[in-house]
Amino acid sequence: MHAIEATNLVKKYPKDVTALDGLSFAVEQGTVFGLLGPNGAGKSTTVKILTTLATPDSGHARVMGIDVTNQPDRVRRTIGVVTQGSGVDVQATGRENVRLQGQLYGMGGTPLERRASELLDQFGLADAADRIAKGYSGGMQRRLDIAMALVHDPRVLFLDEPSTGLDPEVRAQMWDEIRRLSSDRGITVLLTTHYLEEADQLASRLAIVDRGKVVGEGTPDELKRELRGDAIQVELAAESNGAVHAALERVDGVRDVTVTGRALRARAEDGGRAVPVVLQALEAHGVTVASVRVARPSLDDVYLRFTGRTFDAAEAEAAEVKQ
Amino acid sequence: MTTVRHTLYMAIRHLRELWRQPWFVAVTLVQPVIWLLLFGTLFKKVIEIPGFHAHGSYIGFLVPGVVAMSALFSSGWSGMALIEDLNKGVTDRFLVSPVRREALILGRLVKEAVVVLIQSVIIVVLALLVGATLPGGVVGVAALLAVAAILGGAFGALSNGFALIARQEEALIGAVQFVLLPLTFMSSAFLASNLIPHRIRVISDFNPLNWAVVAGRAATSTNVDWGTVASRAGFLAALMALCLAFATRAFRAYQRSV
Repeated sequence: MHAIEATNLVKKYPKDVTALDGLSFAVEQGTVFGLLGPNGAGKSTTVKILTTLATPDSGHARVMGIDVTNQPDRVRRTIGVVTQGSGVDVQATGRENVRLQGQLYGMGGTPLERRASELLDQFGLADAADRIAKGYSGGMQRRLDIAMALVHDPRVLFLDEPSTGLDPEVRAQMWDEIRRLSSDRGITVLLTTHYLEEADQLASRLAIVDRGKVVGEGTPDELKRELRGDAIQVELAAESNGAVHAALERVDGVRDVTVTGRALRARAEDGGRAVPVVLQALEAHGVTVASVRVARPSLDDVYLRFTGRTFDAAEAEAAEVKQ
Repeated sequence: MTTVRHTLYMAIRHLRELWRQPWFVAVTLVQPVIWLLLFGTLFKKVIEIPGFHAHGSYIGFLVPGVVAMSALFSSGWSGMALIEDLNKGVTDRFLVSPVRREALILGRLVKEAVVVLIQSVIIVVLALLVGATLPGGVVGVAALLAVAAILGGAFGALSNGFALIARQEEALIGAVQFVLLPLTFMSSAFLASNLIPHRIRVISDFNPLNWAVVAGRAATSTNVDWGTVASRAGFLAALMALCLAFATRAFRAYQRSV
């Protein structure tokens, strides 16, 4: 049995906004699975459906074999959720937050107090436990979010953009904690992120989400391997889409040519050997080059390959749609 | 049973918050107290008009009206805290836990009831200090506090339901402002009902605030008419049940929109 199964999820919002357009994926038990995509791709909507906050228009989803629309209450007892932003009650202390969360799952008395102390301790909040959470830093609030989500020992943990708004150092700590959750406790973690690096670091499997669909899936290495060869990134002196394609059309061993503004990206089996040929061909077609770089494939390249857009362009597009 | 327990947990959360920021009780109390003291002094002579005798003094007559008004004032804003929870993601966290939806509203209503009781006691004590007599005695005052708490519960629930649907502070502020003063003036809060123009009296029969005023006034006057108290309290309890059902259902509307 899979820990999470989403099949053909469709969700539309008023004004004809399609958030999910037949999204499917499955997560094996005890793994960290990443949903990677820009803001507005449909990741949060997916998490809302899987955690019973929202219901899909069609399609179905199961968590630990339990249907999320038919038996939401059973699903709720099985999962822990860290929502986007923070769910901390900032007028209460850390301990009061964790205690209330445990009480909602039917816990109480000494076992709950012990569990709360243990979690606060584990997430480095022991000293701050009895202070009002309003005074917590962003990182502390996030750790409290996770501590709360774990109070009832859930089998599956959902983390929606867990490191958004955290500074790099705190983010790295957060990553360590998430890794430990799956390795020490065997919890299945579903993580959404729009940080390529985060997905690369944490997820053992990834689904790339674009416009409400899964457009690519695999381990980060598989996804990168699928790209074969190196990435060539050329910065052009001026925008010149047509000329670039004409120039590189017949260059041997150069594939997947895309141009976004002044950024030209292409793939080649051996980047070092391809660069002089590419530069020569561009020059022959009157395209002036500002700089050139050869890189091992990154998840950014993976993203480009599956969606036809760079991650930044997709983010910008999503931001525009929102406005 | 689960609902009762969850309500208790939620009520503890809200009451703890109130305990830490007790001045909130004072904020919504300022206006009613000003009305009580200003009107009570300004229209002192009103007591000589027929219809007021049973209350000893005009300020004594005013007490139920001001208590009901302050209950409405403070509980009407109940939804503001829920909007803050919605914005912060606290409500979403609760909604994906096994908590009972009713408890999310009832917990807030328990707190509103406590606030209403504290405010009402303050108003009664102030009124007694400036010379009100409240012939109905302690039992009468207790009945007044009870109907005020139920009125507060009903409007607190309504406010929370509205908050879940509108989800904007501005919209809630607008709605509350729109409701407060008309309800206050289309009632016998300031004037004996035999002196109110017929048309307004008809409207006031359907005005929940007036139910509380009528019940509270009946309970605190010389010859307590318990039939009147019970019937108005019954109306208010029914209204509260209705508003609670509305607010609980509003969670579904909210979840459909996320």
